[in-house]
Amino acid sequence: MRRLLYILPVAVFAILALFFLKGLTLNPRDIPSVLINRPVPEMALAPLPGRGETSGLTTQSLKGRVSLVNIYGSWCISCVQEHPVLMEIKKRGDVPIHAVDWRDDPVLGAAWLKKNGDPYERVGIDPPPGRTAVDFGVTGAPESFIVDRDGIIRYKHVGPISKEIWAKTLLPIIRELEKK
Amino acid sequence: MGSLGFARDDRRIGAALVALLLLSTPALAVNPDEMLKDPAQEHRARELGKDLRCLVCQNQSIDDSDADLAKDLRVIVRERIAKGDSDDQVRAFVVDRYGDYVLLKPPFKATTLALWLGPLGLFLGAVWAVLAFYRRRPGEKTTPPPPPLSAEEQRKLDKLLKESER
Repeated sequence: MRRLLYILPVAVFAILALFFLKGLTLNPRDIPSVLINRPVPEMALAPLPGRGETSGLTTQSLKGRVSLVNIYGSWCISCVQEHPVLMEIKKRGDVPIHAVDWRDDPVLGAAWLKKNGDPYERVGIDPPPGRTAVDFGVTGAPESFIVDRDGIIRYKHVGPISKEIWAKTLLPIIRELEKK
Repeated sequence: MGSLGFARDDRRIGAALVALLLLSTPALAVNPDEMLKDPAQEHRARELGKDLRCLVCQNQSIDDSDADLAKDLRVIVRERIAKGDSDDQVRAFVVDRYGDYVLLKPPFKATTLALWLGPLGLFLGAVWAVLAFYRRRPGEKTTPPPPPLSAEEQRKLDKLLKESER
């Protein structure tokens, strides 16, 4: 009993230390989305000029197929990093990718796609105050959402998509959803 | 300071700097063009903004932050207020999209009990430990006194004491 008393402070410290050590390995940018398993927000975004689209991105246009919704902007630095991966996905025809051009000048957004390649099927523009991005709970760009056939958000990835993340995490989830 | 007449220049520059500092006021993240016309509503928006976390900076409120997303949220909060939402409805609107994380003051609920009550528990534990340490239970022996010196030891001691007196 006495010995237990002496061990107690050490035990309390050890437990706290474990929590803090765990905290060191977490990514503070990775905030769990509250939108998982909820329908895509109501939206009717205008198309990006110069892509030949007559309608941009709407809630309805995300129904019928599993798709990836990518939040990007011409001002976004990390988007450049993930762009080749998106182009690759388009080339292989893995899954349709739609985009929200967030807080961007549409002219710049379109020019950016001309310069870097256009991996998107539909692009909607979301000018400030970025209501749609807020409805998606977006905290920065790039962010990507996997949306199932019924227009339900099933997964969110924060930050650029690397080849590895695509192959090991996102594609398996998409394939699983396509089976249903 | 030098012999070339810089001293006066230095002092002038210093005086100019002090004047500038006195003229400057703390920068506000909230732009005048974002503000609501109704002062009471604007005040509510400011108070709400202090409770909502900027998702970009993470340790600033949207009221303090210059991030674009914080500005967007300030605008949206004001829209909701102008539409007639109550403070709780505005908070619920934002939490609905970003989760409890967006509240700088975490809500009191089952999942946050440890957060709210943990420090109190630790404090009570410390108080208990201190009390336990100082409370000598009756009948509990403290360290027993050392046994009396034997005749031999006593003689040695006397001898040593005598020597040291000299």
